[in-house]
Amino acid sequence: MMAQLSILSAEVILVLYAMAALIIGVYFGKDALSQLLFWTTAAVMGGCAVLLGVSPYGERVAFDGAFIDDAFSRYAKILILFGSSVILLLSQNYLKRNKLYQFEFPILIALATVGMMLMVSAGDLIALYMGLELQSLALYVIAAFHRDSVRSTEAGLKYFVLGALSSGLLLYGASLVYGYTGSTNFDDIASTVQSGDMPLGMLFGLVFLCVGMGFKISAAPFHMWTPDVYEGAPTPVTAFFATAPKIAAAGLFARVLFDAFGGVTQDWIQIIAFLSLISMFLGSVAAIGQNNIKRLMAYSSIAHMGFALMGLAAGTEQGVQSMMIYMAIYLAMNIGVFAFILNMEKDGQEVTEIGALGLYSQQEPLRAACMGVLLFSLAGIPPLVGFFGKFYVLGAAVDAGLVWLAVAGVIASVIGAYYYLRIIYLMYFGEQVDALDGTIPTLHWLALVGSSAAMVFGIANLFGFDGFAAEAAAALLR
Amino acid sequence: MDNLLSILIFLPIFAASTLAFILRGSDEAAQRNAKGVALIATSATFLISIGMLSQFDPSNTDFQMVEEFPWIGGLTYKVGVDGISILFVMLTTFLMPIVIGACWNVTHRVKEYMIMFLILEGLMIAVFVALDLVLFYVVFEAGLIPMFLIVGIWGGKDRIYASFKFFLYTLLGSVLMLVAMIYMWMAGGTTDIPTLLSGDITFASETFRILGVTIVGGVQTLLFLAFFASFAVKMPMWPVHTWLPDAHVQAPTAGSVVLAAILLKMGGYGFLRFSLPMFPVASDLLATFVMTLSVVAIIYTSLVALMQEDMKKLIAYSSVAHMGFVTMGIFTLNQNGLDGAIFQMISHGFISAALFLGVGVIYDRMHTRDIDAYGGLVIRMPVYALIFMLFTMANVGLPGTSGFVGEFLTLIGAFQANTWIAVFATTGVIFSAGYALWLYRRVVFGDLIKESLKGITDMDTREKLIMAPLVVMTLLLGVYPALVIDLIEPSVQNLLNSVDVALNTAANSQLAQN
Repeated sequence: MMAQLSILSAEVILVLYAMAALIIGVYFGKDALSQLLFWTTAAVMGGCAVLLGVSPYGERVAFDGAFIDDAFSRYAKILILFGSSVILLLSQNYLKRNKLYQFEFPILIALATVGMMLMVSAGDLIALYMGLELQSLALYVIAAFHRDSVRSTEAGLKYFVLGALSSGLLLYGASLVYGYTGSTNFDDIASTVQSGDMPLGMLFGLVFLCVGMGFKISAAPFHMWTPDVYEGAPTPVTAFFATAPKIAAAGLFARVLFDAFGGVTQDWIQIIAFLSLISMFLGSVAAIGQNNIKRLMAYSSIAHMGFALMGLAAGTEQGVQSMMIYMAIYLAMNIGVFAFILNMEKDGQEVTEIGALGLYSQQEPLRAACMGVLLFSLAGIPPLVGFFGKFYVLGAAVDAGLVWLAVAGVIASVIGAYYYLRIIYLMYFGEQVDALDGTIPTLHWLALVGSSAAMVFGIANLFGFDGFAAEAAAALLR
Repeated sequence: MDNLLSILIFLPIFAASTLAFILRGSDEAAQRNAKGVALIATSATFLISIGMLSQFDPSNTDFQMVEEFPWIGGLTYKVGVDGISILFVMLTTFLMPIVIGACWNVTHRVKEYMIMFLILEGLMIAVFVALDLVLFYVVFEAGLIPMFLIVGIWGGKDRIYASFKFFLYTLLGSVLMLVAMIYMWMAGGTTDIPTLLSGDITFASETFRILGVTIVGGVQTLLFLAFFASFAVKMPMWPVHTWLPDAHVQAPTAGSVVLAAILLKMGGYGFLRFSLPMFPVASDLLATFVMTLSVVAIIYTSLVALMQEDMKKLIAYSSVAHMGFVTMGIFTLNQNGLDGAIFQMISHGFISAALFLGVGVIYDRMHTRDIDAYGGLVIRMPVYALIFMLFTMANVGLPGTSGFVGEFLTLIGAFQANTWIAVFATTGVIFSAGYALWLYRRVVFGDLIKESLKGITDMDTREKLIMAPLVVMTLLLGVYPALVIDLIEPSVQNLLNSVDVALNTAANSQLAQN
């Protein structure tokens, strides 16, 4: 038992910490410990990430294959932990200002993070569902974290109702798969499902699983919740939604499709290619009319997920590698962008209208330049790192013979470039408007400058992420 | 020095980052320092490029001064020059100090302005020396960012529309090329340009049917069209030229100069470097199509130019017409045509730069580009009248100026390839004389009746200084074209040979099949 648990050491540590923190938080009364808990949570997450990073093991399996610890899951987990902890630290100022600086917040984030870590390590449909629900329940709560705000409550409720629906679909798919294969274990499913003899009901199960996971990754046409939840939730929560859960969902998607259905790639490639195509176009086109930067980022994330799914649609090791590179770059860009958005305020009030950024470059040249770099990078304009994310994904798609998808993707990216350019145009040559508040906490400044510097200097070697992603992909397809 | 080309690329970029991180403040001294740094950096780049030229051996058709370093994901950072690219590098480094000189009177956000031009210079040089497909794409596209900001921040009244149109148009053209490049990488197994040029890797040219459409020339045609989408927009060719007049009119003078003199040449360079040698069968198949488009461009845009009220717009349309001669020359697929096309690009680099600078000179004084607002300038501005006369004549293609040589060679080439094309293209020469001389008459000659013009002053020393090198080059190349031709001849010969070999191989395999 202990040997099994030691395989889950990172998750165990984080979960024990979260429970201990909950008890301590309650015991010490209201929010006296908030500050401490924010920092210790981030530190524990950082510690877990280091623990995973230095892991000397290749692939280990616990609980009869329900939990898999391999290079793929470690890569995804390190990204998730990094994203969660950075966003957690960046949340503090916003939460303080809006009187939301409560000790439950870091604990909920920690629990959601554990759920995500279980998702990417799942080797069994039940483990998958447990990880997914642990994540989702925590996310429903923090979406509605601003209890006194109608929009935040609405966002939480909307997310909950639609999330429950998607969980139901996923469960239905899982039960069909179980019914046809007699097992919930991915390896057993894979050995039963071989190409050519896929019963129709089994195919339904696969489709329902894809729908459920498509919802979690906010791929069109299952994206409806994304703009509303992004807009309504408190900005730090939006930042969190845009980063770690996306990586977890992408990891889970790849895990299920390759581990359980790796033998029938032809059956799911078209589903994923369709999701990818629709997401890229919907994300790009729908964002054009948005003036709220949080909604805009929601559509942007839909388009980016479309690109990530293009890698998955390739159905090859190269495709998985490209998707994992894409997710890492996506994470880095979003951290920087949200570090900026979290500080958009005027007279102490939060501002989300992009019109407020008029001629921002003259007030704050450095911050505007950093944001400009990040936006060009999000648009995928070379030479910034965002381009290389798209480049790898396109390469995988072309190599797998999906030239049409690649062509559609680049056209969508041109449409998408328009709304990123619009923000740049406002900042650099728009109309002069009343200045935003000039202050920015050091931490946010570091995140913004660091992430944009990474977009520029990463072009030398992507900081070795292509190598890590290649290892991860090789581990998944072993 | 072994890494001369990298120095050429990174010196301006290094100077830009120096400005960005070290120079503080925006008072007059800081502005002067920014301009000074930019001028020194561009001049130093020019001097180094002369060093490069002196090391270059024109008789050798291989790439020279090659540098190669591994980069991410199996790509390489590989640069080198041959007889074709070295001229464009020289053109860039030669013009950039002039461009910096042209923006000496700018006072709005000077530091950023200089940073943009320095970054742009580094990227433009990199485009011409890149020897890796993806490296080429990266620097080719990256140039959009500074140009977008130059038009947007320092541009005229409708700069927002123009900058977006410029950016999205060129981006849409280029992304198709990106997919084609990725396909070439996957199918050919390499992104190394010299390997792709060597003829060892050829792309299938067998006709096939897809979705009910027969594609003659097969994969090559599709790849060719993807590259064509990018280069045709960049050139720009009719009918995708409409972004150019907008961008030119709104761009500041220095921006227009860079755009017309250097950025447009990337399209022509791309045709020579990629389309012809890598997709010879498709180039041969589509040559008449491209030449027809070129002739339409020459005639149609010349007529449009006749009707313009705005000087910059007129020169922009004339640029499109001149680029029509370039594409026509390239797709004649013969020695004269190619020589002429390259010569025309270099010569147009000097002439269009000078014309835009000339418009800038009077715009700085009167703040209008309306042709109607001028007239009789010769009385107050004799030197200006003389210089503008020279470049108007060069634009028309008067013998003795560089404009003549390029047009003449491309027309000879066209005549050898297709008589009708040559006949129609020649009428374009007449139209160009029409609009250019009419512009000159309306602006410079006539009576000086407008009150506002009575106090206008002639060109000052700075303006004469930046014009002088262009005058020298235009006349020098006009009377001694061998300066350029000798340099490019072996490389052009080599290019045409490889196209011939590839065409013969394709024809033979076709015969063998039948």
